Amino acid sequence: MSKSVTFKLDGKSISFQPGDTVMDAALRAGEYIPHLCHNPEFKPHGSCRVCIVALNGRHLSACTLPAAEDMDIDNSSDAIVEQRRKLLQMLFVEGNHICPACEKSGACQLQAVAYYTRMLSPHFTHFFPRRAIDASHPDIIFYFNRCILCGLCERASREVDGKDVFSISGRGINSRIVFNSATGKLGDSQLAITDKAVSVCPVGAILHKHQGYDKPIGERLYDTRPISVVGDVAANLATGQPHKSDERNE
Amino acid sequence: MPPPLEAADNPEQLERIVIEPLTRVEGHGKVTLLQDENLNIKQARLHIAEFRGFEKFIQGRPYWELPVLVQRLCGICPVSHHLAAAKATDMIVGATELTTTAEKIRRLMHYGQTLQSHALHFFHLCSPDLLFGFDDEVRHRNIVGVIEDSPEIAKQGVMLRKYGQEIIRITSGKRIHGTGAIPGGINKSLSRDEISYLKTDSDQVIDWAQQAVSLVKRIFFEHYDYHMAFASIDSSMMSMVGKDGAFEIYHGGLRANDKQGENIFDHVNYRDYGDYIKEGVKNWSYMKFPFISSIGQADGWYRVGPLARVNNCDFFTTALAEEQRQEFIRNGDGRPVQSTLAYHWARLIELLHCAEAIGELLNDGDLCGNDLLNRGTLQSSGTGVIEAPRGTLFHHYEINDDGLVEKASLIVSTTNNNQAMNESIRKVAGQYLDGNRLTEALLNQVEVAIRAYDPCLSCATHAMGKMPLQINLVNANNELQDRLEKRISGEIRRTL
Repeated sequence: MSKSVTFKLDGKSISFQPGDTVMDAALRAGEYIPHLCHNPEFKPHGSCRVCIVALNGRHLSACTLPAAEDMDIDNSSDAIVEQRRKLLQMLFVEGNHICPACEKSGACQLQAVAYYTRMLSPHFTHFFPRRAIDASHPDIIFYFNRCILCGLCERASREVDGKDVFSISGRGINSRIVFNSATGKLGDSQLAITDKAVSVCPVGAILHKHQGYDKPIGERLYDTRPISVVGDVAANLATGQPHKSDERNE
Repeated sequence: MPPPLEAADNPEQLERIVIEPLTRVEGHGKVTLLQDENLNIKQARLHIAEFRGFEKFIQGRPYWELPVLVQRLCGICPVSHHLAAAKATDMIVGATELTTTAEKIRRLMHYGQTLQSHALHFFHLCSPDLLFGFDDEVRHRNIVGVIEDSPEIAKQGVMLRKYGQEIIRITSGKRIHGTGAIPGGINKSLSRDEISYLKTDSDQVIDWAQQAVSLVKRIFFEHYDYHMAFASIDSSMMSMVGKDGAFEIYHGGLRANDKQGENIFDHVNYRDYGDYIKEGVKNWSYMKFPFISSIGQADGWYRVGPLARVNNCDFFTTALAEEQRQEFIRNGDGRPVQSTLAYHWARLIELLHCAEAIGELLNDGDLCGNDLLNRGTLQSSGTGVIEAPRGTLFHHYEINDDGLVEKASLIVSTTNNNQAMNESIRKVAGQYLDGNRLTEALLNQVEVAIRAYDPCLSCATHAMGKMPLQINLVNANNELQDRLEKRISGEIRRTL
């Protein structure tokens, strides 16, 4: 029988299996590392950097960091939380994330992670970019204002739906989602409302049309319990079951 | 010809007195007065000093966001915009009727908000003027003064408002800017526990509401002739009424009566409001001037809000409010009561009605129903009209094939009262200010007249790119050198 291999996460021993990332092992052990672009169903992306942790003084993304024996990882020091907060603040000012008017409010992973890291204000100057809405699809609406370029729709459309509807185009601050259709409009793509790519969005960028705010305040995903307990938006849609309880954040 | 005191002949040669900011009203506004060397008032105007732009920036947004988005116009009575937009989007989703539960929950929400808004206005904003006198010392003439001198009255005001806010929280999820009403219905009904919680205080609230009506009557009758005459103007009045002529604030037809009480139109389907109401503009104001189109802009202006509603309706459906209405109406001697300060009296009769209606609804099992939504075939436009605490509120939206808003038009309660408020301050200026060296106490009388209407100035200015402007260039001797005018069409012309 092989010996269990472990690493330390905030001083706790976490068992892992060969090929695990720090994120894989931590999530399996019920330890929450904040993240946005990561979804265990897909290959790690490492783009949002919200899952940043410290190892031997280096800051690395937990979703792409292979687990190794005897690593001593800092997931919740003030310095790490502060860095995550700064990343989230930059995400908030780069787009137009107007929670009071957004129908995803209360069930949005970006908002929930921001609450979890105790982000109290956007801090940085808002870019207020002018971005359109694509409502050309009969059942689905795409809000460019709220897209955080996590790439989950792109991965889901390609790997699960086999359609390749979404792609990230441009570089740096000019990066944006584009749709694979002759006109560039979502309505002319092959996207269907039952596609994985539609349900995998962690924020309010891809939504069903004609139905907003139908969940009362108080009954939304993150209204009463934090994301560390409830888990990701996509995971809840898939299972309907919340994540393992985390007493520290109850 | 503009009305007297709207435009002075030689404004450059007159002393300009500005009341800015107007205090104890919602939003930001100012009054300008022009006085000649003999201290005669030559011009009096109410201006709105802020700009909102909702009609413009909701263009391109999905229609199902409207009830939540547009309510952000206001923090005092957002439920009015929430429900007016919800009614418009009901039409858009083809819900010709709401389920019984949905309509009753929306009514409960609306009674709760009218209760809290009226309590806020009377106790927090206006009771200092009415209890202490218009010329009371400024430091004392405020809600803190009321708390110090009459703690029981202040407490009742706070508790009445709290109760209304609790009803809003339970029906919409939040005390301010909730999400209860959605296109075609509501997103939650009430649980038995929530009803029991609200019932705990409902009798007490009715009792406080009765005391509030007694208080305003006592104040009114102490100086009856003065209160009847102060800022009093003869006007037409417009409001919503039920099919049977009953007082109605959620859903009904439009009724307008002239200053004698003679009917101008009745039971008008509010979707056709554009056939009956038009909006005029003046080159000195960002706020539009609505008027009854069959009468014309000069004389077709009207009043809305509690005074209009209590004068116009045939009866209240609740006993205590109806008893008070009958006493109120007797003061008109066969005509509508035209006293501007009677707005306060009518407002508190409405507050009593809301308290009674809430008590009745809380005994209605439909509040716990599960049938919350109706939907039909998607339509390209929708109109929602509601009686907001401050008066009749119109929302109209048109959407494109993708479900995005292409056009929005809002006529807000306060805008309906624009001409009336201006007429009232001119009446006060002529009655009490003319010939006097102006003091704070005298200027407060202008504010008292405006406050009676409970204007929400932040809601009332949202037109964009339509404001006519005039810029005058004068030299050091106040001689006009040049004049530029921007017309409604956007055309700019030199007119000197």
